[in-house]
Amino acid sequence: MSETVIKIDHVTKQYRLGTIGGGTLQGDLQSWWARIRHKEDPNLKIGQKAYKKNEKFLALDDISLEVHKGETLGLIGRNGAGKSTTLKLLSRVTAPTEGNIYIKGKISSMLEVGTGFHPELTGRENIYLNGAILGMKRAEVTKKIDDIIEFSECEQFIDTPVKRYSSGMFVKLAFAVAAHLDSDILIMDEVLAVGDMKFQKKCIDKMLSIAKNSGRTIIYVSHNMNTVRQLCSRCAVMSKGKIIFDGDTEKAIDLYLSSADDELLLYNDYSKTYRPNFLTAKVRMLDLEILNRDSLLVKDGERIDFRIHFRAEEDIDGLCLRMMVHNADQSPIATACATKFASCRKGEIFSKEFSMDVSWLSGGRYKILMAAYETDELGSVFDADAVWPAFIFDREKRSKLDWKSRYYGDFELPELKIIKRG
Amino acid sequence: MQDEWTTVIKPKTGWFDINLKEIWYYRDLIYMFLKRNFTSSYKQTILGPLWFLITPLMTSSMFTVVFGQIAQISTDGVPQFLFYMAGNTAWSYFSTCLTSTSATFTGNAGLFGKVYFPRLVTPITTVIYALLSFFIQLVLMLILMAFFVFVRGEAIRPNIWLLLVPLMVIQMAMLGLGVGIIISSLTTKYRDLSILVGFGVSLWMYATPIVYPMSQVPEFLQGIIKLNPMAPIVNNFRYAFLGSGTPEIGSWLLSMAVTAVFLFFGVILFSRVEKTFMDTV
Repeated sequence: MSETVIKIDHVTKQYRLGTIGGGTLQGDLQSWWARIRHKEDPNLKIGQKAYKKNEKFLALDDISLEVHKGETLGLIGRNGAGKSTTLKLLSRVTAPTEGNIYIKGKISSMLEVGTGFHPELTGRENIYLNGAILGMKRAEVTKKIDDIIEFSECEQFIDTPVKRYSSGMFVKLAFAVAAHLDSDILIMDEVLAVGDMKFQKKCIDKMLSIAKNSGRTIIYVSHNMNTVRQLCSRCAVMSKGKIIFDGDTEKAIDLYLSSADDELLLYNDYSKTYRPNFLTAKVRMLDLEILNRDSLLVKDGERIDFRIHFRAEEDIDGLCLRMMVHNADQSPIATACATKFASCRKGEIFSKEFSMDVSWLSGGRYKILMAAYETDELGSVFDADAVWPAFIFDREKRSKLDWKSRYYGDFELPELKIIKRG
Repeated sequence: MQDEWTTVIKPKTGWFDINLKEIWYYRDLIYMFLKRNFTSSYKQTILGPLWFLITPLMTSSMFTVVFGQIAQISTDGVPQFLFYMAGNTAWSYFSTCLTSTSATFTGNAGLFGKVYFPRLVTPITTVIYALLSFFIQLVLMLILMAFFVFVRGEAIRPNIWLLLVPLMVIQMAMLGLGVGIIISSLTTKYRDLSILVGFGVSLWMYATPIVYPMSQVPEFLQGIIKLNPMAPIVNNFRYAFLGSGTPEIGSWLLSMAVTAVFLFFGVILFSRVEKTFMDTV
């Protein structure tokens, strides 16, 4: 185990709920004067209870974490889990309420797009400004400026004020500066979200090489599991101000994705479901009911049976149904269809029952995007109605081996047969 | 193991936890901020840097008309325009320092919320940047002095006190910085003070001998006016250039002590607030 460069030691960050103080000196003085006379606070609204000491919110609840040299640590969790608060503490934007953080080496955080950029200054001047804000010396920037400009892919516009830049160029420039920092620890919060795919890849490669070759440490926060997978050697999952898991990236991502509060419902009502406006709306799916089972954990040899109610808004000849299976990353992985199963007249309400085979899927959680559609003679598809998610189900873990979706995919095909030769 | 850490982030810090070495390390940032301010301040204005000249000229002219011609306040025998110009040059440097540094936290919350650097860098930058317009005004004043001496043949007596002018400028910077950062530290919680600043500065100006000479102040008020740390500075500044009135020595020493106290408490308060101001701003 290499040496520890960051040690977060039982850190708690507390915020007071509600507004902080009265906002004006007069208000606070009034409240204070009322309190010492044991009178009612004149600034409280009627019915509002007096401020209690325990009305506090723990953004971070006694967390401890160690990061070692050369690691790329991913920090994942839902919104409000405390990821950004952790980064804020690490980058010294604010101080913890309790507990200490020990840091070895220079730490710098990558800025959110455009912070520390001045619109009137040119790209080149902004590189210097941004570098200085991040703690670089001018001489250092001068030494690296050619690399930075080349990396940013903004050579052509480097002497133009950045107010004329596109948002993509902004990010590229900001990342380029941060990537060339000499700091021992680099903090990045969701910065790769912008910029095109090619540049994202370039950034990840750059970060990987930073971490691997120069032994620097990276802490990366993101909701994009793909980049977390590519980048992080270790991952911590946060939830409600606590670290609930710390270890292998793949396991952490699984835990995070399954902790999503999806509802596995046997009856799904679509009357309030959002519909995109490109649909022809010739038919409306009203609800979906799962049949013949009392849980949505699908075991080996089981099928999913369900009944859908349709309402025809126009006459339809040959209605089709498409069930698109999405994995936990929300990428589509497979589709099952029912072609031309019904024709109907305007205003008619009818139901159909279907049965779906999901036996090839590997263990995990899946969501269904369901679409009712028509086709013309050429095979073109016209979606009449679509709902997301139509329903969500869990496929029971069935493989004997520890299935890694990242490497093995989402399907487990039937066991290979050994060919016996006479 | 413990002593190997380069940074320890603690929940509470002592009152005297001020890292001046760190500010020195970030001197390049001060330079870049100055450059940024200079490049951006008069972008997309027609008159550009001419504004540096227009404002003091207009103010001094207005003072000449109102206080010199209409109110007919004595200027100790010095040409009225120069008299006001001298007071104004000193005062505007001080008031710029004070008003701009007082908005440090509220004005930079966006940047401060994203990245760490010693927060004192920003008010220090402001104070240095304000020197630019001060020097331009000073040069303008010297040109006008030459005009009054050689063309109009007025008697103006710049004297040995000129050597102390740099000290006065530094003191004004320190005082403006000290008061400004005290206000900025308090405005993170109470915005009332930011309203008070603009108002307070103009009141403070009238408590300082700018539109009137010290000699015109009634005896019973002199003692009070001399408690104002800016009064002896402006008085001595004007004395150095124009030789009008008498230099104040005792009250200047007092004013230096007051400045030191303000700056000391300002820096302490500021560094205390900077750690957690993001939670309250």
